[in-house]
Amino acid sequence: MYDVAIIGAGVTGSAIARYLSRYQVKACVIEREEDVCDGTSKANSAIVHAGFDAHPGSLKAKMNVRGSEMMEDLSKELDFPYDRNGSLVVATKDQDASLLDKLAEQGRENGVKDIRILDEKELKEMEPNLADDVVKALYAPTGAIVCPFNLTIALAENAADNGVEFFLNTTVEKVERDGDHYRIETDGKVIEAKAVVNAAGVYADAINNMVSAHKYHIIPRRGQYKLLDKTAGQHVRRTIFQLPSKMGKGVLVSPTVHGNLIVGPTAEDIDDKEGINTTSEGLDSLSRTAALSVKNVPLYEVITSFAGLRAHEEGGDFVLGEAEDAPNFFNALGIESPGLSSAPAIGEYLSDLVAEKLGLEKNPNFNGKRKGILDPSKLSMEERNELIKKNPAYGQIICRCEMITEGQILDAIHRTLGARSLDGVKRRTRAGMGRCQAGFCSPRTMEILEREVPMSAFDVTKTGGKSKLVIGYNKRV
Amino acid sequence: MAEEKKNLTCICCPMGCQITVTLKDGEVTDVTGNTCKRGDIYARKEVTNPTRVVTSSVRVTGGEIPMVSVKTKEDIPKGKIFDCCRAIEDIEVPAPVKIGDVILKDVCGTGVDIVATKNVAAR
Amino acid sequence: MKNYDLVIVGGGPAGLAAAISARDNGIQDILIIERDDRLGGILNQCIHNGFGLHTFKEELTGPEYAQRYIDQVLERGIDYKLNTMVMDISPDKKVTAMNREDGMFVIPAKAVILAMGCRERPRGALNIPGYRPAGIYSAGTAQRLVNIEGYMPGKKVVILGSGDIGLIMARRMTLEGAEVKVVAEIMPYSGGLKRNIVQCLDDFGIPLKLSHTVVDIEGKERVEAVTIAEVDDHMKPIPGTEERYECDTLLLSVGLLPENELSRQSGVELSRVHKGPVVNDALETNVEGIFACGNVLHVHDLVDFVSQEASQAGKNAAAYISHGEKKAKRVVKLNPVDGVRYTVPEFVRPEEMDDTVTVRFRVGAVYKNAAVCTYFGDKCVARRKKQIFAPGEMEQVILKKADLLADPDLKEITLKIEEA
Repeated sequence: MYDVAIIGAGVTGSAIARYLSRYQVKACVIEREEDVCDGTSKANSAIVHAGFDAHPGSLKAKMNVRGSEMMEDLSKELDFPYDRNGSLVVATKDQDASLLDKLAEQGRENGVKDIRILDEKELKEMEPNLADDVVKALYAPTGAIVCPFNLTIALAENAADNGVEFFLNTTVEKVERDGDHYRIETDGKVIEAKAVVNAAGVYADAINNMVSAHKYHIIPRRGQYKLLDKTAGQHVRRTIFQLPSKMGKGVLVSPTVHGNLIVGPTAEDIDDKEGINTTSEGLDSLSRTAALSVKNVPLYEVITSFAGLRAHEEGGDFVLGEAEDAPNFFNALGIESPGLSSAPAIGEYLSDLVAEKLGLEKNPNFNGKRKGILDPSKLSMEERNELIKKNPAYGQIICRCEMITEGQILDAIHRTLGARSLDGVKRRTRAGMGRCQAGFCSPRTMEILEREVPMSAFDVTKTGGKSKLVIGYNKRV
Repeated sequence: MAEEKKNLTCICCPMGCQITVTLKDGEVTDVTGNTCKRGDIYARKEVTNPTRVVTSSVRVTGGEIPMVSVKTKEDIPKGKIFDCCRAIEDIEVPAPVKIGDVILKDVCGTGVDIVATKNVAAR
Repeated sequence: MKNYDLVIVGGGPAGLAAAISARDNGIQDILIIERDDRLGGILNQCIHNGFGLHTFKEELTGPEYAQRYIDQVLERGIDYKLNTMVMDISPDKKVTAMNREDGMFVIPAKAVILAMGCRERPRGALNIPGYRPAGIYSAGTAQRLVNIEGYMPGKKVVILGSGDIGLIMARRMTLEGAEVKVVAEIMPYSGGLKRNIVQCLDDFGIPLKLSHTVVDIEGKERVEAVTIAEVDDHMKPIPGTEERYECDTLLLSVGLLPENELSRQSGVELSRVHKGPVVNDALETNVEGIFACGNVLHVHDLVDFVSQEASQAGKNAAAYISHGEKKAKRVVKLNPVDGVRYTVPEFVRPEEMDDTVTVRFRVGAVYKNAAVCTYFGDKCVARRKKQIFAPGEMEQVILKKADLLADPDLKEITLKIEEA
């Protein structure tokens, strides 16, 4: 019997697990995919919002501002890439610039620090590639960018290192109350737990509706993105938002923490909770919309496009806390943007709620530090040679675009909750995330997985399940 | 026997002339559509005796790499391409292998050997 | 680390030929740096035949062609390092590289030859919509899996792009037992050789659909189906022309790009058209002592021309190491217009150039019954007729030093395609 079972190993579930591990608890995380960070958490804007968007008093506002405050320290504790690059919401001459003042006011009410309005001159000195029509902007110096993969993976790893169990490749089929606890049926084992935390992303409504009469309805809101080569990464320095509309925050143009440029997202309400396909209409619209705020975006430098689904709950706000008619069943539901920004705050808030309810004691052995995968490019040549002497795998480049060594890939495979697929390696190390999009390193990474896990070449997948990469030997298929 | 017409694309240059060859009793009586002499020669050969060099690879045991590339040493009849591939399906050769080593003699009765096209050192 | 006069980045056909030529022109201390585990580059996986007809007057397979050059490198005792990645080249020609045994090391070279080759354009660059499942490979990656590792990427295949690698892989996969359902090409013509279209597609009844592209990829885990559609003159898909193919694999053969990340770091100026370094008649870049050849300079159609060009680069690098940079007395610019997309080199130095210089270029469209014309200023000095010019084939014009010297006021040489 577990004290707590968390459903979903996205950024929210992983954050809850990590903060919960500050307590003495027998907890587990149940994830249907083969890896953590395999749903919405892997396909989003990778932004830590400053917190001026949400309505004052809403959970979104509270969690965003708190999450944003926590993120920098967390990035040091858990060693993931984070950059407080600042953000701008820009208004063009055709738009009602007074909306920016309202937004600034809202931000101040939410507790966002140091926001101010910039005039055209100041603005264009700051960001020379803003569209000519841009006349005014809201500047939020606390806006930041983050690596969503390593944020999620770091939280999960740290939770696991502090004793939380992870059941991957495990799909929850049924949750029901059984006396004083919950019984969770999966496609594998049955898991029993005193408390359940529902962090199931776009499926959180289905999980809630199994145990609570208060029904929720999550609409998958698709966002399509284009990711541009690092040669385009300096096109803007800050994250450039457009004035928000009813359908979301508009299209942003932003550098990523790894030096690429990201353009997106679209906002389309769809029916399919698996509908992470891009469409030609969506991709075309990005080019048009981006030009409203930033000129000459070098879209020909695109290296990949992708789509993610925001878990939009009809009520419009995050749903956080115990269901009124299902004791010890806690929701983290409707976690759409600013979900990534809010993750640490949600983790802290919900874990405290659960701990209080279950009367959990503090975990004296909790170690909140986690060391990320070493980035040898940050070392001096002497340090690097020391490292290679100790472990020659750090002398072998596997991914030529991102210059990722075999040593980093071995670390990704062998550490806590290690990578078991090409995408698992990619999200942890960036091998395959560069301009050739894994054309060069795929066969090499496959070979390493085969040798190190170890596993048959025919079981190596792109991202688990049936996503196998090769189907047999030559001449024998 | 009746007259027969065969259409083919010339491969001698990017023009890719659409050539029509007329045959009577298996003998070429006319070639049209080509724009140069090379096309005529190609078309006559291609309709009467089409041949190809087949390239593939076979497994190596104890080598530094798992496969060694191979080819038919000369052209074989086009109709035997698949038979040739099937004939080398289960072949495994021990390393080392040198370019030119005969992997299979007289493949499918063509009189042509399969030879290695890559050096593979022993592990 | 030993000192080297000449560092050659890349041990494929370009690097090998450059090394041989530099040695034959008197340079002793040469190092070839190769990132893979053997010399020969991409030729090692190009196991089909058709290589070397110009150079050796016989049709070799890729590995055989490579071995002829590898043998010459070995005979000359030229040093090389395998499994070694060049990390950086500084403008003053300090080459930083890394491998397991030596760690990270710096070689201060007198000259550097860029011979890194090219890479394939990935799906992302094409904005193909749909899911992102397993089973989407660039043709070259599939070629490596099949020919080097001995694995089959899939059984039912759709190929986008009719470049030669795509065509070659259509046959290769067919011979290994896969079913290639269709090859779609967005252009109204194929960039591949006619011979490959006939012998890789027609021989096996594989349809080639020109002016078609992929408009959807289905399958959440592994490719399940691909939809192609006809495109209009602006390459936009035409609604109603969609055809859906059930398949487990999509191969992409949609173009090659010179791999110039290192060149850029070293301050080498790159052409916007052919994406390789801008060079003079000696194949020297704007950075003194850094030369370029092969597919890193511009994508070639035949490896024979890569070898020829690389020999020139090797010889010129040797001259630079032995005699230093000759200050150009004057520079004549080459001006590609009317169908000529670019030229390599971009400019020539009449006083310093060799007796002849081969100018290589590609055309922008198919031209039938046309001529490539060379103008000195506005005077047509040469005119070569051909039945056909196609973008898939590299063309060349040979400039004679004597002609250029005879025209002391010459500022610009224009190359263009005219009706014959």
